[in-house]
Amino acid sequence: MVRTEDIFETNRMIAENKLDVRTITMGLSLRDCSHPDLGIFCTNVYDKVTRSACDLVRTGEAIEADFGVPIVNKRIAVTPIAIAADACRTDSYVAVAQTLDRAAKEVGVNFIGGFSALVESGMTKGDRTLISSIPEALASTEHVCASVNVGSTKAGINMDCVREMGEIIKKTASLTADRDAIGCAKLVVFANAVENNPFMAGAFHGVSEGECVIHVGVSGPGVVKRALELVGGKSFDIVSETIKRTAFKITRVGQLVAQEAASRLGVQLGIIDLSLAPTPFVGDSVAHILEEMGLESCGAPGTTAALALLNDAVKKGGQMAALHVGGLSGAFIPVSEDIGMINAINCGSLTLEKLEAMTCVCSVGLDMIAVPGDTSAATLSGIIADEAAIGMINNKTTAARLIPVPNKKVGDTVEFGGLLGHSPIVAVNRFGNDAFIARGGHIPAPIRSLTN
Amino acid sequence: MKIVITIIGYDCVGIVAMVSTTLAERNVNIMDINQNIMNGFFNMVMIADMDGAKVSLTELQEVLKTKGEAMGLQIKAQSEEIFKAMHRV
Repeated sequence: MVRTEDIFETNRMIAENKLDVRTITMGLSLRDCSHPDLGIFCTNVYDKVTRSACDLVRTGEAIEADFGVPIVNKRIAVTPIAIAADACRTDSYVAVAQTLDRAAKEVGVNFIGGFSALVESGMTKGDRTLISSIPEALASTEHVCASVNVGSTKAGINMDCVREMGEIIKKTASLTADRDAIGCAKLVVFANAVENNPFMAGAFHGVSEGECVIHVGVSGPGVVKRALELVGGKSFDIVSETIKRTAFKITRVGQLVAQEAASRLGVQLGIIDLSLAPTPFVGDSVAHILEEMGLESCGAPGTTAALALLNDAVKKGGQMAALHVGGLSGAFIPVSEDIGMINAINCGSLTLEKLEAMTCVCSVGLDMIAVPGDTSAATLSGIIADEAAIGMINNKTTAARLIPVPNKKVGDTVEFGGLLGHSPIVAVNRFGNDAFIARGGHIPAPIRSLTN
Repeated sequence: MKIVITIIGYDCVGIVAMVSTTLAERNVNIMDINQNIMNGFFNMVMIADMDGAKVSLTELQEVLKTKGEAMGLQIKAQSEEIFKAMHRV
């Protein structure tokens, strides 16, 4: 029989500390949809997505009701479109993005990821078509997310693509200028992208994945903060132990929901992503966890160490609680989606450079950062190259989701709405790097890639 | 399926009677009750068995919610599995 205090603890985590299952993401292969005719390919994609995911949202809602734990998002990740659509005789994949958008609306998911290309070593015709289609694809759809993997520890960094992505981000911002460059909030540039990530905007269904699989991402920064409030002033050993215990409990809920969802939908159970994913709401902030460890404001000296401890303890606690751990797993540090990060930028304790340092030890990278609208494509490419280099050398996933908001400058704020939040414009280093980005070519794989 | 019903609110006459009648009418069997009053606040946890129930868990949640709100109570009914998953290795 379960103990009364355990029942109240669980329900307090849900009601007061915003414990939730952040996403149930259905990974779906589109490899069998390919066809030389773009129209037939799009029909194949629409039919497969709507057929496979027709019960996803209803099942998620039923599980939410049975267990009394919120399941915030239901999403779909598909085979990178650059691969699935490579056979199509066309020079634009915008129609494919619009097809994915229609399918997402039909089944009721809030995002569909996989308008993606993996180009760390080089580009096929499909990769080039996909990348050049990104601005219009994101401007003309609501639910589609795009990602491009430009580097990896094994392959190095494709600097031609890094240069192009700076321009693609600028163009995406310009085409969605009337909506504060919202298109850029749905575009991630990765190094070491993972194939089973359930979180957007970077989710796609990797080529080594099965036909259809359910991944679950758990969250609960508020629960971790609450647990740390109870061990105020204690040593880091106790802090780490407390986070591990809390992460274990959170992850067990994710595992239960994942098992239940896979079983009810009759599809393969994938991975649990043990991530602390903040939202812009009070009580759901990763920055506030770091501050709870004794920092006046996120970004103060010690922040990187605090984040390193948090990220590691979350993984250690969650590892034993789930059958298969994967995805990004760790602590996200998106700026516009975390009220503590927003406050830290506003009060001047957190800068882009400190955020870059934090990405060496967080789960992903520079995330949801609004920068001045006049930031050049080369500067964006430079920031992407720096992030990719951190990922490549440290054998971890890094990413950049940068939003150059047209007509906005430092001191202005931007409102994206909903879970994407709001953000002050973050100052960017103004020194030039045009000659550096103009070189192009490939940064070779590091010596640590030679592990065989 | 075993479910956990939690009831929280200001104490008043007839809370246990209302909940147990609601369950009995729908053939939900009460297996354990733990109840106390702290500073005027009523706290109760019930474990019940839904196997012979005439209604689904969703329907039971709805009726308990409505009847609870009429008495100023917050009533949740959840599958026991979430608590076992979280608190047992």
